[in-house]
Amino acid sequence: MNFEWLGRQFDNIVFLLGWHVLLAVTPLILGLLIALPLGWWAHRSRRIYPLLVGVAGLLYTVPSLALFVLLPLVLGTKILDPLNIVAALTVYTVALLVRVVADALDSVPEDTVQAAKAMGYRGYQSLVKVELPVGVPVICAGLRVAAVSNVSLVSVAALLGIPQLGSLFTQGFQLRFYTPIIAGIVLCVVLAMILDGLIILLNRWLTPWTPKVVAS
Amino acid sequence: MNYLFDPAHWSGADGIPTLIGEHLLYSLIALAVAAIIAVPLGIYIGVTGKGVFMIAGLANALRALPSVGLLILLVLLISPAFPSRMGYVLPSLIVLVLLAVPPILTNTYAGVRAVDAAAVDAAKGMGFRTMKILTDVQLPCSLPLVLSGIRSALLQIISTATIAAYISLGGLGRLLIDGKAQNDYSQMVAGAILVALLALFFDQLLAFITRRVVSPGLTRRTIKPVPAAEPVKTPVTV
Amino acid sequence: MIKFENVTKAYPDGTVAVDGLNLEAPTGKLTILVGPSGCGKTTSLRMINRLIEPTSGTIYLDDQPTSGMDAALLRRRIGYVIQHAGLFPHKTIVDNVSTMPVLLGESRQKARTKALELMERVGLPASFAKRYPWQLSGGQQQRVGVARALASDPAFMLMDEPFSAVDPVVRGQLQEEFLRLQREIGKTIIMVTHDIDEALKLGDQVAVMRVGGKLAQMASPSELLTSPADEFVADFVGRDRGYRSLGFTKTAGTVAIGEEAVVQLGASADEARAKASGAWVLVVDGGRKPLGWAQPELLNGEVKRENLNLSGIPAAASGTMRQLLDAALSSPSRRGVVVNEHGELIGTVTATDVVKAIEAEPHLETAR
Repeated sequence: MNFEWLGRQFDNIVFLLGWHVLLAVTPLILGLLIALPLGWWAHRSRRIYPLLVGVAGLLYTVPSLALFVLLPLVLGTKILDPLNIVAALTVYTVALLVRVVADALDSVPEDTVQAAKAMGYRGYQSLVKVELPVGVPVICAGLRVAAVSNVSLVSVAALLGIPQLGSLFTQGFQLRFYTPIIAGIVLCVVLAMILDGLIILLNRWLTPWTPKVVAS
Repeated sequence: MNYLFDPAHWSGADGIPTLIGEHLLYSLIALAVAAIIAVPLGIYIGVTGKGVFMIAGLANALRALPSVGLLILLVLLISPAFPSRMGYVLPSLIVLVLLAVPPILTNTYAGVRAVDAAAVDAAKGMGFRTMKILTDVQLPCSLPLVLSGIRSALLQIISTATIAAYISLGGLGRLLIDGKAQNDYSQMVAGAILVALLALFFDQLLAFITRRVVSPGLTRRTIKPVPAAEPVKTPVTV
Repeated sequence: MIKFENVTKAYPDGTVAVDGLNLEAPTGKLTILVGPSGCGKTTSLRMINRLIEPTSGTIYLDDQPTSGMDAALLRRRIGYVIQHAGLFPHKTIVDNVSTMPVLLGESRQKARTKALELMERVGLPASFAKRYPWQLSGGQQQRVGVARALASDPAFMLMDEPFSAVDPVVRGQLQEEFLRLQREIGKTIIMVTHDIDEALKLGDQVAVMRVGGKLAQMASPSELLTSPADEFVADFVGRDRGYRSLGFTKTAGTVAIGEEAVVQLGASADEARAKASGAWVLVVDGGRKPLGWAQPELLNGEVKRENLNLSGIPAAASGTMRQLLDAALSSPSRRGVVVNEHGELIGTVTATDVVKAIEAEPHLETAR
């Protein structure tokens, strides 16, 4: 490891890290916001469930590099536009979370839903105040998987020249130089672990009634 | 689209059929090696309960590792030791295998663990020997999960093999990387479409095989799948 | 015959699951191991087919020590039924039942034919043959488990809580059917249960075990009820054991059965009033089979089916004191209907008659 190089590149690395966080976290939030209503729809309708889960499965099979290249055709963006990455990762996040949200809502005990109904909760009140909170641990478990894989997927965009931590890999390859590669791997793993930890904390904060063990 | 429908690109040493062939060759070799390592190991850990700590840690750690970084690091480390082309092929294959092992291993382990303990006890009590319990009860019952692991692994491999074109590996990734270098977007799109189709084809092929070889007694096709019965698909982290 | 000789199972951490067990399960009989959880009953059972190896002592199968045998071959001689059936989820019902014969080298075709016969025997319709276990209820799965164990026609059977995972109504049915089956096939069976009622109902002999893996008492069900060996057995057998022991005392003609005047369906209210004794009259069909009790005072015209009170439970003359007493107590007229083996009326008994007969029974006085 050449620490002197790292010191000189510090500003640049912070810049790449910032982009990496932005490109990984934005799709996570967008994906969750889209997946919640879709998952609820799949949970409510037995006919929609297999359809949505099936489409999600198909989207998941498309390799990330291919999706990065194909999205400009749909969005009308340029190939170097970071928006493509955000859109692609949002697609993956939604594909993963639709099923998770539907299954989370399915996992809420029927007794609980009936009790809410009996106490006079309206449909949306029951959903927001009872069913979603009870399903939080399952949704968080899915969110953790999405967060960790997003961090890894963002780095693929380096092959298209979009700056983020993956740029350290291509830079290292061109220079035949280990330091940026190792630094990039370490930062990616640490970033994934931090996001993972934040979601665990979020889960605890949202579900104070559960024992302090997070299902993974 | 022009690139895809130009007959000139469908023949020759760097024509599309050759690229598909290379892509398949690398992918299937990596899958076979990964399965040969991961299936027996998963069975062993599942049956004996030894080395369980490896399972959870491995799956999470490898999901967090960026495969591009891993690929490039290994190429730089290994390639000087090998002449010419092998210097790129071997590290790529190692990375492909490395990424394919965890989904197969964790799913095989989970599959063997999920086999009804009462069924295994009954088999033993009826005088099945250890090998027969494995071949007649534990393996067929864990088959759905083993195949689901292989399916995830193959998608992961096809996806990562595309990226390996960056470090000079052949295959459909060439169209994406070369297209980028030549500012030829139509070539990149052609590569992306072909890779996506290849992945979809193999995903559906494995889904079909799964339906054919897994006993209907295990899949309970008539009811909605139980969330716990099928784990969340391991995402393709490439 | 299955025999335990000084059998002990101790684990490396010092716990003793079974402590010096001596026990003999006679050929053709159903022996039950019963006791609270942690008494070593399941461990004892699993040592017979060597799913667990004893630390010391010997278990004999028809006078041959099992320790020298090949464990897998030993197990193939013994039918094995467990709590959750343990069916193979990936095989059809008929293939599940064929498991043992196929393992022993029979052709699949022959094994399936035999399996279909066995399914019928345990009360499973042939239409279930091609189904998979998940399509069956718990009770049905348990029947398959029994059929599978019987398929190789083993001389011995081990049953570990075979009926405890199903609901009480189904459990009762399965127990009745199993008793009937055992009367036909006469296997040498050892069954484990935690349910003393099941033990008393099914067992030819019952071994009560206490925590720590010691045998507390081995006796017939009626002996357990009437003379428990110690405080623990008395407690375990339960408080109402005096009443329950009546379930093992045959009436054998000791109870006086009184004549009962009867009317048939369609008889007039006047006739019913004339035949009635007290407020109630017994109504029978043309073949003297009892149908129910009617109250002439409430009749409006002739005796019709809807006038009948059906709460009485008829007892067989060949039945037990408990059934006779139950007949008397459940009858609205307080006269219990007694029938012969064809279900035809013999007469009626009162609770007083039954109690008199019980008091005259010599061995019941020993009940504490």
